[in-house]
Amino acid sequence: MKILVCISKAPDTTSRIAFTDNNTAFDQNGVQFIVNPYDEWYALVRALELKEAQGGSVTTITVGGADNDPIIRKALAIGADDAVRVDAEALDSLAVAKYIANYASANGYDLVMCGKETIDYNGAVVGGMVAELMDVPYVSLAIKLDVNGSVATLEREAQGGTEIVEASLPLVISASKGMAEQRIPNMRGIMAARTKPLQVVASEGINASTKVVRYELPPAKAAVKLVSADNVAELVDLLHNEAKVI
Amino acid sequence: MAILVFADNHGGKITKSSLEAVGYAAAMGGDVTAVTFGSIEGDGGMGNYGASKVIVAGNATSDPQQLTRLVVDVANAIGASDIVFSHDTTGKSVAPRVAARMDAGLVAGATAIPSGKEIKKNVFSGKAFAYVEACTDKRVISVLPNSFGLKASGGSATVEQYSGDCGSAGVIVKDFKPTSTDGSVPLPEAEMVVSAGRGMKGPENWGIIEDLAGVLGATTACSRPVADIGWRPHHEHVGQTGIAIRPNLYIAVGISGAIQHLAGVNGSKVIVVINTDPEAPFFKAADYGIVGDAFEVVPKLTEALKAFKSAH
Ligand SMILES: Cc1cc2nc3c(=O)[nH]c(=O)nc-3n(C[C@H](O)[C@H](O)[C@H](O)COP(=O)(O)OP(=O)(O)OC[C@H]3O[C@@H](n4cnc5c(N)ncnc54)[C@H](O)[C@@H]3O)c2cc1C
Ligand SMILES: Nc1ncnc2c1ncn2[C@@H]1O[C@H](COP(=O)(O)O)[C@@H](O)[C@H]1O
Repeated sequence: MKILVCISKAPDTTSRIAFTDNNTAFDQNGVQFIVNPYDEWYALVRALELKEAQGGSVTTITVGGADNDPIIRKALAIGADDAVRVDAEALDSLAVAKYIANYASANGYDLVMCGKETIDYNGAVVGGMVAELMDVPYVSLAIKLDVNGSVATLEREAQGGTEIVEASLPLVISASKGMAEQRIPNMRGIMAARTKPLQVVASEGINASTKVVRYELPPAKAAVKLVSADNVAELVDLLHNEAKVI
Repeated sequence: MAILVFADNHGGKITKSSLEAVGYAAAMGGDVTAVTFGSIEGDGGMGNYGASKVIVAGNATSDPQQLTRLVVDVANAIGASDIVFSHDTTGKSVAPRVAARMDAGLVAGATAIPSGKEIKKNVFSGKAFAYVEACTDKRVISVLPNSFGLKASGGSATVEQYSGDCGSAGVIVKDFKPTSTDGSVPLPEAEMVVSAGRGMKGPENWGIIEDLAGVLGATTACSRPVADIGWRPHHEHVGQTGIAIRPNLYIAVGISGAIQHLAGVNGSKVIVVINTDPEAPFFKAADYGIVGDAFEVVPKLTEALKAFKSAH
């Protein structure tokens, strides 16, 4: 089975969020970038498990500049066989999806795996767009994935419960928590990653369909109102009369 | 201006997040058509939130490819400038497909109606907002659940059957396992949530959390380590890597308030924190707080709420 895993970079979850250039750009000063957790912990690790059980290959794909190479090497250290980087600025979800779909269609993958969403843009859309552009089924928010011949069985998060679904390959999925357990790369993996192939593909200049005009930080929260543990009735009163939530 | 809303339904009942999407479209100020699948009763209550017409595709299932064909076909037929979804589990499967098919810009997770061309959405897991513009003539917008309050107008919509072809389904649903067997509202839709963390010491102590949730009619949630060690089911895990929620009231008991936890709950309208440690970071994100032992405070709070409920 040939598997393509979509890997993106995201600011470490503890990063201070700030903006520059008149609130039009994310301030990367001092920010540590990681592999987007859903891509790494769930999509990539499940892809590796499937390959270990059934044979085949796991390739990662990233749309972005050379500043993505460290996170791509991390994915290789965890166990991907090789990596592709489409050398274009990831300006917009649809443009990213077009680059990925073009590459995936031209190179014949059985399975394209994305993360549930990026933790910076929080779109949860790239996978669905890739699937439509490739004209194949898409299962979003998958928490379980098994492949038997040309049919995949998945569990996915649905409203009010879990759906058990079936779809035939080729297939695009997005991975959510529960699909696999995080793997920590070992020394051998890290050494091997240095020499694994990272192919840089020239970009074809696809236009963006959306743009971020500006960013804004939420207003600072007023100080907490503390209520004494001996007087919980006061809390009930505040929730009713002041906050008006009960 | 014609606006099309895709409305999801469960066993014929239009979901609350879909009604929010209808209300959002109506607030944009256009003529709102809603499209759904299977069979619903009357206009499914969508006229009451601003739809003038409801189109029902009896031949479509919840399959994203069928729904994409349906939505794109109706959008073209009515000349929709905007196509609105809820950013819920169905919207996340269908909206991106529709945007790709129509080559339209998609703003995912909108929290406010467009102001001029700008649409506000959460980014960095709720730690900031972005104002996004589509560069295309047509736009797809998905609305973050619970961010746009429902306002009934008392109207009703005309209902029409869809006569086109939605093609075959690519994803076949074999089974459905509901998460809440106790009949509580699913977390993403819940208006009240009572959540607890490692401060509870063990799964056997969750009775007081369930009692508190019970008196409020709230849904229970938990921090990630609690789900990871198996004290609580995974579907209760909220935060950056769990479910992101925005209830009206979030009560956090014995949760420290790590940044990754806050990322999933900071959209809550009112946050109450109960923690023994006055230095717990959660107090900085809270509206109300009690510094105290959960095992003492929570049962007292449940009693006080019971007294309040019987008096109101
Ligand atoms: C990439 C990444 C993603 C993550 N994603 C998430 C996520 O989605 N959701 C999430 O929750 N976490 C997430 N985490 C973990 C997060 O960093 C914290 O470790 C976690 O939220 C802590 O859980 P907790 O507050 O239950 O436990 P603790 O941090 O152990 O806090 C327990 C709290 O209980 C209080 N307490 C103890 N006894 C009592 C008592 N008797 N009464 C009242 N209070 C008491 C303590 O003072 C303390 O504040 C993530 C971490 C990483 C690295
Ligand atoms: N620049 C990118 N390169 C490769 N994959 C990406 C990129 N951006 C997003 N993805 C994939 O698409 C998923 C959903 O992203 P998003 O729609 O932006 O939330 C991510 O979890 C990744 O798997």
